[in-house]
Amino acid sequence: MRVTLFVPCFIDSLYPNVGMSMVHILERLGHSVDFPEEQTCCGQPPFNSGYWEEARSVAVKQIEVFKNAEVVISGSGSCGAMFKVFYPELFHGHSAEAEAKALSAKTWEFSEFLVNKLGVTDLGARFEGRATFHDGCHGLRELGTKQAPRELLSHVKGLELVEMSEAETCCGFGGTFAVKYPQISTAMAEVKCNSICETKADYVISNDSSCLMQIGGWLNRNVGSVKCLHLAEVLASR
Amino acid sequence: MSTIADLPRQQFQSDANRTANDAPRRAAVRRALSNYQTARDRTGATFTDWKSARASAATIKHEAVNHLDRYLEEFEQKFTARGGKVFWATDSKQARDYILNLAKEKGVRSIVKSKAMTGEEIHLNEALIKEGYAVVESDLGEYIQQLKGEPPYHFVFPCMHLRRDEISDLFHRELGTAKTDSPEELTMIARNVLRRAYVDADMGISGGNFIVADTGMISITENEGNARLTVGLPKIHVALIGIEKVVPCLADLALFLPMLATAGTGQHLTGYNSMYGGPRQPGEIDGPEEFHVVFLDNHRTRLLADPEQRDALHCIRCGACLNVCPIFKNIGGHTYGTTYQGPIGSVITPHFRGLEDWKHLSGASSLCGACTETCPVGIDIHHHLLHNRRNAAAQKPAAGEQLLWKAFSFLMKRPALYRLATKFAPLGGLLHPLVEGTAMDPVASWTATREFPAAPQGSFRERFRAHKAAKAELVKKGGVQ
Ligand code: SF4
Repeated sequence: MRVTLFVPCFIDSLYPNVGMSMVHILERLGHSVDFPEEQTCCGQPPFNSGYWEEARSVAVKQIEVFKNAEVVISGSGSCGAMFKVFYPELFHGHSAEAEAKALSAKTWEFSEFLVNKLGVTDLGARFEGRATFHDGCHGLRELGTKQAPRELLSHVKGLELVEMSEAETCCGFGGTFAVKYPQISTAMAEVKCNSICETKADYVISNDSSCLMQIGGWLNRNVGSVKCLHLAEVLASR
Repeated sequence: MSTIADLPRQQFQSDANRTANDAPRRAAVRRALSNYQTARDRTGATFTDWKSARASAATIKHEAVNHLDRYLEEFEQKFTARGGKVFWATDSKQARDYILNLAKEKGVRSIVKSKAMTGEEIHLNEALIKEGYAVVESDLGEYIQQLKGEPPYHFVFPCMHLRRDEISDLFHRELGTAKTDSPEELTMIARNVLRRAYVDADMGISGGNFIVADTGMISITENEGNARLTVGLPKIHVALIGIEKVVPCLADLALFLPMLATAGTGQHLTGYNSMYGGPRQPGEIDGPEEFHVVFLDNHRTRLLADPEQRDALHCIRCGACLNVCPIFKNIGGHTYGTTYQGPIGSVITPHFRGLEDWKHLSGASSLCGACTETCPVGIDIHHHLLHNRRNAAAQKPAAGEQLLWKAFSFLMKRPALYRLATKFAPLGGLLHPLVEGTAMDPVASWTATREFPAAPQGSFRERFRAHKAAKAELVKKGGVQ
């Protein structure tokens, strides 16, 4: 299958390894991976801030970029949800509505794509360590992703997965919220990270890098010993 | 609560900063709510199918809210036929004036009240007390808050933020009772005061959980029996209820009563569920001689006029969305500065009290969606926060912020420029000059409490390009792949 990657702006510039891990995994499975260089950002920051006109002008470009893609895979539940859930709403009653819906229909979050589209759960990965999984809110509640990443991780040799009590609690990132209300955002990160630490895990894994930026940001400042990894990075290791 | 700040937004900001740093209080609130969560999970599991119960509840409320006029009039007809009186209050002043006039006309001196958030909404107690009436809150939590001179912290659990020793100290200070650590003794102290209040009162005021159209009755749900006494003992009763509380028929309560109990407190059914159909009828031995229902609009019809957010009127005020909200858990109820706290409060307050002044509540959310997931009547709560943000930006764009997003979209629409720019500066650095030193400066705001990820060697697109080139090279050399 020809798989088109959507690598959101912050993964592109801050977490290139996440994107490359996805590339390796998909290529090993025999798919050809395509990355249209014209893509930039899904437009979520202005969208979430209420500036829908500005968001639309960015979004319309992405719709164009992915027009000919067969499937679009996102390594961020949040940006994936933007394509899948919010584009149809953003373009409701606008000229690009049909195209927005088409993009929505062919967009997949990475773990859902592997498990529910390709039917793959064992990637032959090996990763030594004790880890806990953080459910990013957009992936969990907008896209309904809960089991797929766990299914994939359960086949990783050497990995011990322990659930934390607050797995489904928001990490407090929330895009611009994290900088507009830093105190609240940080208090939320603290709750999340305390729950992570309670599991005595060496790693916290998530399918959303934006959450990991928040969780990692707090852990590195306050704890230091727990490392953050994107699901794809774990699944790509051998 | 802050004294320096005057605008709701400033008050919110400064209170949030303070409360989010108050570790002991946050821990106490979390502890209280974790008990709730356990109870709720247990009870929720006894529904054969919570999901379809939720869908039915949403359907029933949708029908009721979309035909408010018909159902409210049906109630009025049935209720007045039994001698009850109905007053339609457009706003809080009309509601207050009606109750004040009634009290004056009937020579009322003291009033006992059971829990009514509508009373908080129209500042009824203050108005009554100003006119010289003695008003006593009879719900234990509300009574404690009244003694403390504070509004409820949570619209279902008014004093959930207080520790037992704080309540004991409060009673000691205000009532002169001995300090105690026993919840039973604390309850008894309050009960002694309250029993007297029921007997003395010549008017009772309550809210109402449901307005049942087909029987013309109101349904009140409570755990202490105080609402029964408040309605039953005084000669005159006034129930102050929001117009959205209507359900079409009595049979609907078979769903709503267990649902409200489960979502609200984790009980199968709340301790007391009473139905009131009007004043004492001939031959009956108890009940008030006069029964007034005040229907409160107070801008609910503004929400009704908004098809996108009309479902916010489905709310049964169970409080579940507060209980699961990570924002509420970390900043507490008073920080909101509203009658209705938490996610649903953030949705509806801008409609009730003005978007410009209350839009910040919709902004102060990570949009995690825990509220929407838990809401028993399926209100799209967190998406409505997004809608409020959009409406606020459209109504009155914030100059600086709009400029920022214009610059952002200018850049993101131009892949070549974006590529060039991100080659020389990490993404955040690009737009930074626009916001540097302002409240929106993301760098200072982030790094005050969190580390920023270390800059990687090369962006994804650079590495992908190199990867593709290497593969092409392999193919050229006749290698596999
Ligand atoms: S919005 Fe839903 S969860 Fe929140 S109080 Fe109302 S009914 Fe309960």
